Amino acid sequence: MDLILDFERPLMELRRRIESLKTLQAEEGLDLSASIEQLDLQARRLQGQMLRDLSPWQRTLLSRHPQRPYSLDWISRLFTEWRELHGDRAGHDDAAIVCGFARYKGRPVAVLGHQKGRNTKESLKRNFGMPRPEGYRKALRLMGLAARFGRPIITLIDTPGAYPGVDAEARGQAEAIARNIMEMSTFQVPVICVVIGEGGSGGALALGVGNRTLMLENSTYSVISPEGCAAILWRDRAEGPRAAEALRITAKDCLHLGVADEVVPEPGSGAHRDPDGAAAALDAALERHLGELSLLDGPALREDRYARYRKLGVVLEEAERLAVIRAKLAETAAREEAG
Amino acid sequence: MSNGIGNGNPNGNGGPTGGSRWFEQPPKPLPTRPQSKGPDKDLWLRCPSCAEILYRPVLAERGQVCPHCSHHFRIEASARVALLADPGSFVVHDDHLGPGDPLEFSDAKPYHKRLLDTQKKLGVLDAFLSGSCTIDGLPVELGVFDFRFMGGSMGSVVGEKVTRVFERATERRCPAIVVSASGGARMQEGILSLMQMAKSCAALAKLRDEAGQPYISVLTDPTTGGVAASFAMLGDLIFAEPNALIGFAGPRVIQQTIGENLPEGFQTSEYLLAHGMVDLIVPRNELRATLAESLRWLVESRPVAIGEAR
Repeated sequence: MDLILDFERPLMELRRRIESLKTLQAEEGLDLSASIEQLDLQARRLQGQMLRDLSPWQRTLLSRHPQRPYSLDWISRLFTEWRELHGDRAGHDDAAIVCGFARYKGRPVAVLGHQKGRNTKESLKRNFGMPRPEGYRKALRLMGLAARFGRPIITLIDTPGAYPGVDAEARGQAEAIARNIMEMSTFQVPVICVVIGEGGSGGALALGVGNRTLMLENSTYSVISPEGCAAILWRDRAEGPRAAEALRITAKDCLHLGVADEVVPEPGSGAHRDPDGAAAALDAALERHLGELSLLDGPALREDRYARYRKLGVVLEEAERLAVIRAKLAETAAREEAG
Repeated sequence: MSNGIGNGNPNGNGGPTGGSRWFEQPPKPLPTRPQSKGPDKDLWLRCPSCAEILYRPVLAERGQVCPHCSHHFRIEASARVALLADPGSFVVHDDHLGPGDPLEFSDAKPYHKRLLDTQKKLGVLDAFLSGSCTIDGLPVELGVFDFRFMGGSMGSVVGEKVTRVFERATERRCPAIVVSASGGARMQEGILSLMQMAKSCAALAKLRDEAGQPYISVLTDPTTGGVAASFAMLGDLIFAEPNALIGFAGPRVIQQTIGENLPEGFQTSEYLLAHGMVDLIVPRNELRATLAESLRWLVESRPVAIGEAR
């Protein structure tokens, strides 16, 4: 099933016209190359513009696109000798998180990621990429193993969030997420986190404490889903687009806020239309960052990670705070006067 | 880790007197109990649990615990400190740190306006009160959430102050205690609020690994979302007040997901105890003694910590 989002339609329409002209050309032996070239140029221009002008809500839809590459799709393109491992050693194995060992450019690494399903059956098995506590505990077990043996850790983040279920709460969801966040800060190996789709809140951060956070161009990272935020602030889940705007969840926003270190560009009209091209872009970024981090020793890697998170947030000392508040109040007053 | 130490005022009541506006005034000494305000009708309230009519000053004297049914009302941060710290020992830190508005967020009203209104009303800059004190003579770093301030939500300032509690405890080689009462991460600061979970937990790991000092987490009503899913559930010991709401996802969200009624007592302190997620349920009037006893068991007469941690 091909899901075409509204804003993709004009481009899809152009592409279809180009195809039909080409068919016509081949079947009737006409020379339509001038028209085709014209349309092709138009299509390319539209494509470039389309990705640039997407609203935060449109990016949200792209980050959740059912044809977007999921963790296992990235893994098969970026790594060799992938071997998935299972179980939290406490009674459960969570299919919403996959983890295992693999090689990256010949080097042994641990790879972990949230995993969504392609069809109903698989989606249910993967719980739509929403982990339960056992998923985080499995992930922590493998990350701890990797750290012990000096293997870099690469995580792929793509989850709507932690699973809001009775069983997940009963088995200590909050503790499991918290434990991962704390322990990830201590590993003395390179940790690189890549937001490949939805970076949904605590469920994302439980795999997300790294020396580097990379974000795919059409991924999002948020403290709460736009719909969830809208339900609380505007009492209406349909206000999601407004919340997506307000929450600053796009890769570019996260880069500006210091939450992401790099935005990995998606080729063409997005990773869901060109997964190979997107993998090549991510590959280049991954290699570069892993190379940089490999120069640091264990304690320096932990310290680097500490420093990275230590500076996140906006805290104002008294004097600057007053200046900012005064400026903002004046601005608000001016706007109210004007409006 | 130079930030923090020395920011507090040893007198607990601020430096030279500045201008006349509330936000330019030095921090006031902590009131020993919340002041009653307003006309007589505000002096009385009905206990939501046993329906008895309660006289507020009496309730305050009893640490906001109903004298008839022991229902635990929420308690202000400063009153909480007064209940736990040795009298006169609490030295406030970091109360000059205030929130910015990094996203320029606006819902019903702009975030910066909402902040200012709340700050004016409560006389504090954000939802967390922290400082150094002793408990039964033992030095500790203590942090307490203020639920009245935007539901105790954690944005950059709360995250920073929690982080400094752990950093200061690491530096001073003393235990840390955080009393949580929070709806979770503060939406108005977006992804930066989420990052406070990582920041504070990384500092907590250092307290464990570098100073070898304990951290006791006290969960009170409510402790949910991003606060539950970070330092609140990571205590070496975790105590909970009776009948507090504790969990990650809110009950309403879970109910919508499963489409049926939630189990009896779901996400209460007692439910967490039964599921192995907390060590003890401690009534408020026993909290100080229980903390003191635990701290003594953990750190009393330990060999001096230099080179000994790890």
